[in-house]
Amino acid sequence: MFSGRLEAQYSDSRQQSETAQLGMWVFIATEVLFFGALVFSYFIYRFTYPEQFALAGHDSFILLGSVNQAILITSSLTMVLATRAAKADQQRALVLLLSATVALGLAFLGVKGYEYAKDVAAHSVPVIDYVFKPGYRRPTEIFWCFYFVATGLHALHLTIGIVLVALLAVRAAQGAFSPSYDAPLEVVGLYWSFVDTVWFFLFACIYPLGRAG
Amino acid sequence: MSATTAGLPARHPESQSESYLGDEHSLGSWLFTRDHKRIAILFFASITFFFFIGGAAAALIRLHLVNPYGTLLQPEVYNRMFTMHGIVMVWFFLIPSIPATLGNFLIPLMIGARDLAFPRLNLFSWYLFTLSGFIALYFIFIGGDDTGWTFYEPYSSNFANGHVIAAAVAVFINGFSTIATALNFVVTTHKLRAPGMTWFRLPLFVWAIYATSIVMLLATPVLAMTLALVGIERLWGVGIFNPALGGDPILFQHMFWFYSHPAVYIMVLPAMGVVSELVACFARRPVFGYRGMCYALISIAVIGFFVWGHHMFTAGISLTSAVVFSLMSFIVAVPSAIKVFNWTATLHNARISFDAPMLYALGFVGLFTIGGLTGLVLATLSADIHLQDTYFVVAHFHFIMVGGTVSAYFGGLHYWWSKITGRHYPEMWGRYAAILMFVGFNLTFFPQFILGYLGMPRRYYTYAPDLQTWNVLSSAGASILAAAYLLPLGYLTWSLFFGKRARANPWGATGLEWRTSSPPPAHNFPHTPTVTERPYRYDPRDGSFTTQDGAHFAEPAGLGLGLGAADV
Amino acid sequence: MSANPPEPIAPYVIGWAVLLLLLGLSVLAAYEPIGIFQPIVHFGIAFTQAAIVFLLFMKLRGRPSLKWVFAGAGFFWLLFLFGLSMVDYGTRSGFPLK
Repeated sequence: MFSGRLEAQYSDSRQQSETAQLGMWVFIATEVLFFGALVFSYFIYRFTYPEQFALAGHDSFILLGSVNQAILITSSLTMVLATRAAKADQQRALVLLLSATVALGLAFLGVKGYEYAKDVAAHSVPVIDYVFKPGYRRPTEIFWCFYFVATGLHALHLTIGIVLVALLAVRAAQGAFSPSYDAPLEVVGLYWSFVDTVWFFLFACIYPLGRAG
Repeated sequence: MSATTAGLPARHPESQSESYLGDEHSLGSWLFTRDHKRIAILFFASITFFFFIGGAAAALIRLHLVNPYGTLLQPEVYNRMFTMHGIVMVWFFLIPSIPATLGNFLIPLMIGARDLAFPRLNLFSWYLFTLSGFIALYFIFIGGDDTGWTFYEPYSSNFANGHVIAAAVAVFINGFSTIATALNFVVTTHKLRAPGMTWFRLPLFVWAIYATSIVMLLATPVLAMTLALVGIERLWGVGIFNPALGGDPILFQHMFWFYSHPAVYIMVLPAMGVVSELVACFARRPVFGYRGMCYALISIAVIGFFVWGHHMFTAGISLTSAVVFSLMSFIVAVPSAIKVFNWTATLHNARISFDAPMLYALGFVGLFTIGGLTGLVLATLSADIHLQDTYFVVAHFHFIMVGGTVSAYFGGLHYWWSKITGRHYPEMWGRYAAILMFVGFNLTFFPQFILGYLGMPRRYYTYAPDLQTWNVLSSAGASILAAAYLLPLGYLTWSLFFGKRARANPWGATGLEWRTSSPPPAHNFPHTPTVTERPYRYDPRDGSFTTQDGAHFAEPAGLGLGLGAADV
Repeated sequence: MSANPPEPIAPYVIGWAVLLLLLGLSVLAAYEPIGIFQPIVHFGIAFTQAAIVFLLFMKLRGRPSLKWVFAGAGFFWLLFLFGLSMVDYGTRSGFPLK
């Protein structure tokens, strides 16, 4: 994916680039089902135990979740502008925008870590340190289990994305990309924006619950 | 369906070498290869190893069941043995069997490409498979797992004594390998077809692997998530599926079978592709209803996603949904039946040569039909109450997977053996093995239909003494089957060194894979072929044929007499 | 593939602003007592945001192509999982255990 050379099975670099992008789209389809299966299990329990999920959701930190969503939305913008800069052969802007994307990704992880610390302090870790407040029953634990699995897997995906974009930034600084060769940027950009979309759904699953009185 | 896309350059100066096998011999040239043909060989070695591991477990099970109060295996060991048999055979043999070996080898050759779209991903897939294989061996050697291959909740998270997590991790990583391979096939089929290779000129094997890959891509992630949740539940004791903690064990079954029923089609669709190639070539006729075959493959792949609930009729799902799933299961039988009728119609009035691959293919058609029809019996709600979790179910799915898929796999292996290795297998031995396999298979599994009907439950290590006769028959059949599997291991290995050298097209077949030398050079074709013909242009009158790039040949002389004396 | 002129920035910035706006809307809606409409609103917003990212940032806009098929396939197949399971959950008694 990252080699600039034309591989033997392709007739030209355009075909190679299109194929790489199609490959990423196919991969995204599998990722949709991966996270979709998790949301499916959430969905079943949420509508089986609506009151319990509302109680548990109320203990999540919506401000931190929103800040993180704003960070991710912005990072998608910087990433897509980076691919645009490569097409326009603006090398300096390309390196800056990729670095900004990495920085925003790291900022997300920082905020997420802070949020986890607050969750731990609030005794919201299932089994290990979980306190049932009055009215709380077992399903609240299932909610928090979903929370940690979903946000943990999302953070893992984002970490992979940060590494990929950082590698691209290093290669961009060496002048590896040009208007005629930007396939890796396009492919990683697809992945990055997809990880962003996953967060929209996790946000809707976790943070808005149980706040409207 | 757009027309072909790949406009490859006409000449490939770097592909001057003679064969993909002969270029380099070092271990590194294999372990770091990006050639799809070499990676196919790597997969072949791995899955052959696991086939015999899973087979050994099956042999022990059958040996134990000779006696109703069997003392060969302790009850605990018996449970671990059938679990190991299931996990190894499903994920480490059947699912990768045809796609990762024959598919890997043949897809680029059949569509006239120089390699798969992502050669490094292809190699990575083998490494993932190997890693998951080592984890599987690890969990087997530290004592195994006793949940059955289905990991049913809440048993697997709360009560099982075995190494559930290690087993789940092995299957989880194995899933990534499956996805990587499937992604490669889908993208390659879309993007790298040779000029003139339109969708309706693709050989049915390519269609079958494409449909299979779609199922792999859309089902495997759900299994990955399900097993991740099982692992988390077992590790930390949260109640995701445990009813005592508010969870729903039937939710586990919904998610598990959403993958595992389509997984049945992952196993059998490639076999259908192989059989279509074989039947056409040895009947010297075009496949009857080619387009119908394509549509049937895709319909099976899609409708296969709507029927998972028929594994759960007695698990506690609602009657309404059971009726829906039952109806869907009857519907999915229609395209399967279309395929059987079309193979039969292809054979009608044909001059059939009964070479070893054809014997395997004919075995497939018969055994798959029995397996499919008994599936309808099980899809009937009232009958299923009686037959659920009995040997009837065991016999049913072994007819599909062993009688069907394994037969077709061996058929394909024999058919393309000369292309893969450049050597012929000894034809008479091939026929003996094919017939022995058919006899051994029927003797092993047909009695199990009767056992199931008489009420012998599956997964029990003991049974009522009056069922012993049928069990002894079944075990006797298993020993014949074991011999029939060891036989090819022997003569195919022999043929690698002493087999007669093969020409490019010994069977007189029409696919592009026969239009390059045996074994093919590193990048498959000296010149990218241009496709002008639909597949299977065999002339039923005189056996002559036209290859897909438009060359016409007379019938190969040696066909039907073995050892393809064809001069093509 | 062609070099300059660079494509305009404006659509991306507008898309970014709309996404932030939808985020704000989602947070506001969380505090409104709209009962059963809560999940509909929030998942509706999530789907809208996802559509914007797919079409704009992931460049699906324009002529329908093979990418559309695979972009949609994942979501479409999830419908099967949700739909056929709901046939069971909608008509089953005995869950949840009381």
